[in-house]
Amino acid sequence: MKDFIIKEFKQIFRDYRSMVILFGIPIAQVLLFGFALTMDLNDVHFAVLDKSKDEYSKKIVDKINSSDYFILDQNLNSESEITKIFEKGIVKEVIVFESNFTENFIKKGTANLQIIADASDPNTANMLVNYTKAIVDNFQQTIVTENSLKGIVIPQIEFKYNSELKSVFMFVPGIITIILMLVSAMMTSISIAREKELGTMEILLVSPIKPIQIIVGKVLPYVLLSFINFMVILILSFWVFGMPMDGNMFLLLVEAVLYIVMSLALGIFISTVSNSQQTAMLLSMFALLLPTILLSGFIFPIENMPQILQILSNIMPSKWFIIIVKSIMLKQGSFIDVWKETLILISFTVFFIVLSIKKFKIRL
Amino acid sequence: MRTILFIIEKEFKQIFRDKMMLPIIFAIPVIQLLILSYTATFEVKNINLGILNIDQSQQSSELINKFKGSTFFNLKAYSTNIKDLEVMLKREKISQIIYIPNNFGKNLSSGNSSEIQIITDAVNGSSANLMSYYAISIIMSYNSNIIAKINPNIANYGINSSYQYWYNQELDYKRYMVPGILVLLVTMIGAFLSGMNIVREKEIGTIEQINVTPIKKYEFIIGKLSPFWIIAMFDLIVGLLLSRFVFNIEIQGNIFLIFSVSAIYLLSVLGLGLLISTVSDTQQQAMFIAWFFMVIFIMLSGLFTPVESIPQWAKIINYINPIKYFIKFMRQVMLKGSNIFDVYNEIVVIVVYSIATLSLAFWRYRKVS
Amino acid sequence: METVVEVKNLVKKFGNFVANDNLTFEVKKGEIFGFLGANGAGKTTAIKILCGLSTPTSGELNIAGFNIYTEREKIKKNIGYMSQKFSLYDDLTIAENIKFYGGIYGLSLKKIKEKTIKYIEALNLEQYTKKMVAELPLGIKQKLAFMVSVIHEPKIVFLDEPTSGVDPITRRQFWDMIYNEANKGTTIFVTTHYMDEAEYCNRISIMVDGKIEALDTPANLKKTFNSNNMENVFIQLARKATRID
Repeated sequence: MKDFIIKEFKQIFRDYRSMVILFGIPIAQVLLFGFALTMDLNDVHFAVLDKSKDEYSKKIVDKINSSDYFILDQNLNSESEITKIFEKGIVKEVIVFESNFTENFIKKGTANLQIIADASDPNTANMLVNYTKAIVDNFQQTIVTENSLKGIVIPQIEFKYNSELKSVFMFVPGIITIILMLVSAMMTSISIAREKELGTMEILLVSPIKPIQIIVGKVLPYVLLSFINFMVILILSFWVFGMPMDGNMFLLLVEAVLYIVMSLALGIFISTVSNSQQTAMLLSMFALLLPTILLSGFIFPIENMPQILQILSNIMPSKWFIIIVKSIMLKQGSFIDVWKETLILISFTVFFIVLSIKKFKIRL
Repeated sequence: MRTILFIIEKEFKQIFRDKMMLPIIFAIPVIQLLILSYTATFEVKNINLGILNIDQSQQSSELINKFKGSTFFNLKAYSTNIKDLEVMLKREKISQIIYIPNNFGKNLSSGNSSEIQIITDAVNGSSANLMSYYAISIIMSYNSNIIAKINPNIANYGINSSYQYWYNQELDYKRYMVPGILVLLVTMIGAFLSGMNIVREKEIGTIEQINVTPIKKYEFIIGKLSPFWIIAMFDLIVGLLLSRFVFNIEIQGNIFLIFSVSAIYLLSVLGLGLLISTVSDTQQQAMFIAWFFMVIFIMLSGLFTPVESIPQWAKIINYINPIKYFIKFMRQVMLKGSNIFDVYNEIVVIVVYSIATLSLAFWRYRKVS
Repeated sequence: METVVEVKNLVKKFGNFVANDNLTFEVKKGEIFGFLGANGAGKTTAIKILCGLSTPTSGELNIAGFNIYTEREKIKKNIGYMSQKFSLYDDLTIAENIKFYGGIYGLSLKKIKEKTIKYIEALNLEQYTKKMVAELPLGIKQKLAFMVSVIHEPKIVFLDEPTSGVDPITRRQFWDMIYNEANKGTTIFVTTHYMDEAEYCNRISIMVDGKIEALDTPANLKKTFNSNNMENVFIQLARKATRID
């Protein structure tokens, strides 16, 4: 048993090219995504069709242009230009002011402007329209309150757990989850499928080693590898991205080990249903990658999805781990806050292990 | 040509001989397209709200009623104890707390301004931004009521900002996701299958047997890639049919333009896979390299996050991201009906990309070591 | 007799390591040429160069009358190769493997069909026709691989340890096949580390540490080294080896 584990370690660590890949890839990805991925919009190009070109319309355009979100691309002269400019795909929003905008506002009491967004990307469009409305509302409020500042409610905003609204706070837990999941599941499933494909599995099976021992021997090096990976990512997210580390770090490490073991169990399960490295890989990457990104709450909040997908998201182990990581890292959650999620992860682990052992036995 | 057909025949036999391959190649993409297209929405609605009302005045209940009346908010907790609400916020039972302090009503009725606090769970920064914007607009409308009582003239003033969402009037997120997810799926199928293929023959040892034959490099590469090209094209067509008949997305642009550019795009993806296959020694290595590039390309493709706002250096990396160009092309043509001149840029990049990856792969594949 | 393999001063280096040190030899048409040596002596390296799978560092080589540097693809039409690693596709049937290799060698479909029937009969494989090659016994796999390597009727066939791991009876049958092929005029270039097999060859060369230490008929070699079997000859030579495998 001991010799067998040593053999596994040797095989993995000797292949230095794979080692570089195994450690280099997660680090490169964390750095890249941590710096590059952002939900914020900035410098989105907008165009203006200003039929009045008077005081207020100009002021509003200035206000919009001076916000971080927007950058004025050009002034349009007619409505027909709007279609053309959207088809080019650079300008995402056009603001149309009616003629005599300021005059209407002062004399009639209301002035009209229209926000047209390119909603072929609805997420961006939605945010753009909301940002623009906020700026216009704000402008209106300043004009109104220039006259009477007294007696109104002044809201104070507090953004909890992420006061600077850094996107990285949301992405890091997601990236940790997705990397651990895919790397662990992939590594084990491929390594077992490889032994099958090259025929060395048969030799192991006829040896006096028990199937369960083979599995443990296969998995142990990867637990260690993934754990090191996790630590490296954690250190990076602390030093490089300023993720808070005030939560219970010991608890986080224990949860990470649990999640790694769960992913490895999933990997073993995949390898028992696949005959070649190719199918093992396709199952663990092609079938898992997008669902892990999309159904786990990594990017898109699960609360906003249709009911049926909210239910479906419960079978994504990554969803639960993301909740745990966010809770511990960002909200100083303790075990009381995450015991349910922990229990679910344990159940997944047991489920995959039992399933694999059953499959494994049938094959013998 | 004849040689190529023999290779294609053999590849197809091998692919479909594996019982798992059929569902992987055809069922998984369809299921993923059908399910995952519904996931992507940033729309914030039904914000679970907690209200901490220390004030208990008439004014505070008026304000609370405004929140209750809004379709954006769902009043989930009402308390006079901050601790309760903080725990709920922590456990994601609520996402926002409105804190109405003592003397809120008293200040307002004596004509003074009064502060309230909006505490938002900001782990997801962009949602938090929207949530606080919604809360502020309710408070502003409450303010307008107050001003109207004091000075009816001023309250009439207002800028009426209407809005229109073009190309997707109801902000149907599926319209946006379907072309994107379809692109991701065919890209992954193409890249993974071709990335594993030649290295597999290396690992098993059959590549030597092929290399001693008089087969030409181009025959071998065309023969190897054609099956995957056909499979990926097939998946693409199935996906387009689904998007037309299940998601009701009518293709606005020219269908032939879509097919011809897709055909070229897939060549670039297969070329990339082949290149990975020729530089790796084992399938495991090939798979990690393919995975590395896929994850980066997918995350930076503009499907999930707005790529306009990534930092400059990441934009430079993203210049070599074929997925980005193809997603943009598909969206422009499918949803907006852009013509060949509108997406000229994307087409040029895709063509150049295909030529580059295929020639690199061709050059890297050696019959002689 | 026509010379089909002509090697002069072949050197192959991997960095500082000299795998093939100045090899010079010729093989005549129809000959069974045995290429012997301990593991790591450089046999496989040499055979890969002769097949055009690897480029020599220096030396003059002509195979089937073609220059190895300039006419590599012409050579490939005239040679067959059976590698140490099993080289048929496990996930294809016997007929599918034959069809594939026959196809890329440019055989007509009719010819492929004929060969398939002939091979299946010759090897008594009727019961295996529906099965994947993976399910065949090793001995049959090796025989089939040999058949496939000469499917295009090459002038020379290179066999790299074709019988390793096979039982003695199958080995005997395998050599019958080799003789058959040689009788048709095909030149056989075979590496092995079974000394009894060396006796079956017309001529043998023995490699030690990348050099050819002896080259002659088995009978002459036994005479020169004053022993009654090849085993003894080999051991005398191999003892000089300093390379560790």
